[in-house]
Amino acid sequence: MKKDVKLKIFDLMVTARCLEERMIKMSKSADGHFWLGGPGEEAFNVPLGMLSRPGRGVEYDYFHFHYRNAATMLAMGMDPRDELRQANNRATDPFSGGRNFVNHFARVEWNVCPVTSTIQTQWLIAPGTARAQKRHGGEGITIVTCGDAGTAEGDFHIGLNWATQPGWDLPLLFIVTNNRYGISTSYDQVHGAGNIAEMARGYGMEFGIVDGTDVEASYSKLEEVMDFVRKERRPYLLEASVSRLYGHSSSSGANRVPEDSETDPLEEWVKKLIKAKLLTRKDYQAKYEAETQRMNEYLKEVKQEPAPTPESIYDHIYKDA
Amino acid sequence: MATMAQAIRMALHYGEENLGVTDVFGEDVGPPLGGVFTASQGLKTAWNSPLDERGIIGTALGLALAGQRPVCEIQFGDYIFNTIDLLKIVGNTHWSCIGQFEVPLVCMTIVGAGIHGSIYHSHSFESVAAHIPGWKIVLPSTPIDAYGLMISAIKDPNPVMFLYPKALIRVKGEQRIPGEPDEKILKRMIDAPTGPTLAHIEQARVDWKPEWPSGLTDYQVPFSKANIVQEGTDITVVTYARHVFMARQAAAQLKESDGVSVEIVDLRTLYPWDRETVMNSIRKTGRVLVLNEDTPVCNFGEHILREIITECFYELHARPRLLAGADVPGVGLHEILELASIPQVQNIVDEIRGICAEEP
Ligand SMILES: Cc1ncc(C[n+]2csc(CCOP(=O)(O)OP(=O)(O)O)c2C)c(N)n1
Repeated sequence: MKKDVKLKIFDLMVTARCLEERMIKMSKSADGHFWLGGPGEEAFNVPLGMLSRPGRGVEYDYFHFHYRNAATMLAMGMDPRDELRQANNRATDPFSGGRNFVNHFARVEWNVCPVTSTIQTQWLIAPGTARAQKRHGGEGITIVTCGDAGTAEGDFHIGLNWATQPGWDLPLLFIVTNNRYGISTSYDQVHGAGNIAEMARGYGMEFGIVDGTDVEASYSKLEEVMDFVRKERRPYLLEASVSRLYGHSSSSGANRVPEDSETDPLEEWVKKLIKAKLLTRKDYQAKYEAETQRMNEYLKEVKQEPAPTPESIYDHIYKDA
Repeated sequence: MATMAQAIRMALHYGEENLGVTDVFGEDVGPPLGGVFTASQGLKTAWNSPLDERGIIGTALGLALAGQRPVCEIQFGDYIFNTIDLLKIVGNTHWSCIGQFEVPLVCMTIVGAGIHGSIYHSHSFESVAAHIPGWKIVLPSTPIDAYGLMISAIKDPNPVMFLYPKALIRVKGEQRIPGEPDEKILKRMIDAPTGPTLAHIEQARVDWKPEWPSGLTDYQVPFSKANIVQEGTDITVVTYARHVFMARQAAAQLKESDGVSVEIVDLRTLYPWDRETVMNSIRKTGRVLVLNEDTPVCNFGEHILREIITECFYELHARPRLLAGADVPGVGLHEILELASIPQVQNIVDEIRGICAEEP
């Protein structure tokens, strides 16, 4: 991996972390009602965004995220203010106009399909966009993410089944980010199988596992499997082990987990960059403070923007025929 | 005249050729069968899905989000209930992303009793469907309306729930669809050859291709436009689907026996429904019966009744009523059970007599 790529990833990881921390604080004040997001997944989610091809239409990649992909969106080029607008439910929230929770993205220009809170239903919708891409040809792929607990839903299997229909292998990258929890229920209580990825075997689908807290491992694995799905036009199930550094969401407190209970991918990356003499601890601290400050400034700015109006609830129920 | 199955097939064909339909899919929708009710025989974009209703709705949504124009089928309305959360998502997608994505999909499913379908082939779905905002919902009673509403559904950039009545799927129309050839010719042209077993059917259809009528048009029945099936002066019956025909029989009987003149309004579109036609008719007659076969609690007809009461209360000469299916968990198989569960002509006659006998 080239030096500038390493540093770009570092920059994006810090931005993502500071954005999420800003939104966590908002959820504890009147600035936001709720938070859930992806601190602990940045080492995986940033490369995912960098390697994807956002754009509009079947030539580009389609995205069906669950709710921990802010770092991916930032790596794709999202202005952090846009996510603050959603967290602060402004009318200017470009994803949902103040209607939806934080990290519930929707951006038609980038094929980011609306995130819904219903666990796992995105795995039913993804085969549809992937089927359109299969028919079209080219190199556009569909990317769908979920957590480990959600894989207990039948929808998990439905997705795999529809991606491997005879003659219709779909260009679909399935990603499970395994943080070993569904809210409070540990993975070990409710999963008999050793790991999730191997369930792909029953569908004759390629699969793999990666340490999603390791930037280089994640980047190279994603590079490999995205290339496979693009070129082969066949699905792949990738399981990434990740951390959950602030618990499930604001409803479980959104407090930082005890030191050393989970790997902090940002801290690991910083250590590696320091060791490689690409960064100093001071650089990191300066960057972190600057980004924290930038997010504070952005929030001030965003809070001045208009709130949705009562009449707006009736907007966009139907598209005019 | 064409049956409703043939009418739907012709509309879907027209949609494939002229309106950008990319996929007609669902369980047994593609070859060799072309739908258990034959509504998708011979269509060039028809394909068989896995036996998986959730996958069908999810995939239809994904296709629509990717700019395709899917028409998906749930084989029986009885089996759509395991997709409710997805129907919610389909209905709220455009709204939740403030209009960024369009969802031009049609979901068709056959509903209602009347074919000795027992507990799991007799369900109605319109009352549940009407509780899922963001959809348009239609339920035609005639082949020509089925054609025209399907064309409207395909052209609409929003999700449309195309319900159609089991009991009427093979009933011939009374009105010719524009471009529809003579009945016998039509059958020869577009009905696939059949056989005693699947193997025979497959064999018979290896080289079969439909010959589509060349004169089909984009004849549309606009949404939210009810049809006054017959005019009358004493009472309005607001209904749809199979009960349009039952209401007609009841009306004929009442005219003969009691000299009562019944106006029958076929809603055709259940949401957004044609308030103007309904209210105008009631203002004229002063009496109303809302009629359908769904179970009575939170019945779609209750919604219509409530609107009627709010808008026309002082113009009514008698208490408005709903005649709906029985409040039971299912429609039983024995004829006696089915007749006792679904409003029949005599029940309609009795109900109308009761309403007309009331003094203001
Ligand atoms: C269908 C459905 N059931 C329950 C919930 C409530 N819920 C929200 S998140 C969650 C846990 C999900 O865990 P997992 O899939 O591992 O993803 P993670 O949050 O850990 O990333 C639950 C049960 C929901 N949103 N949707």
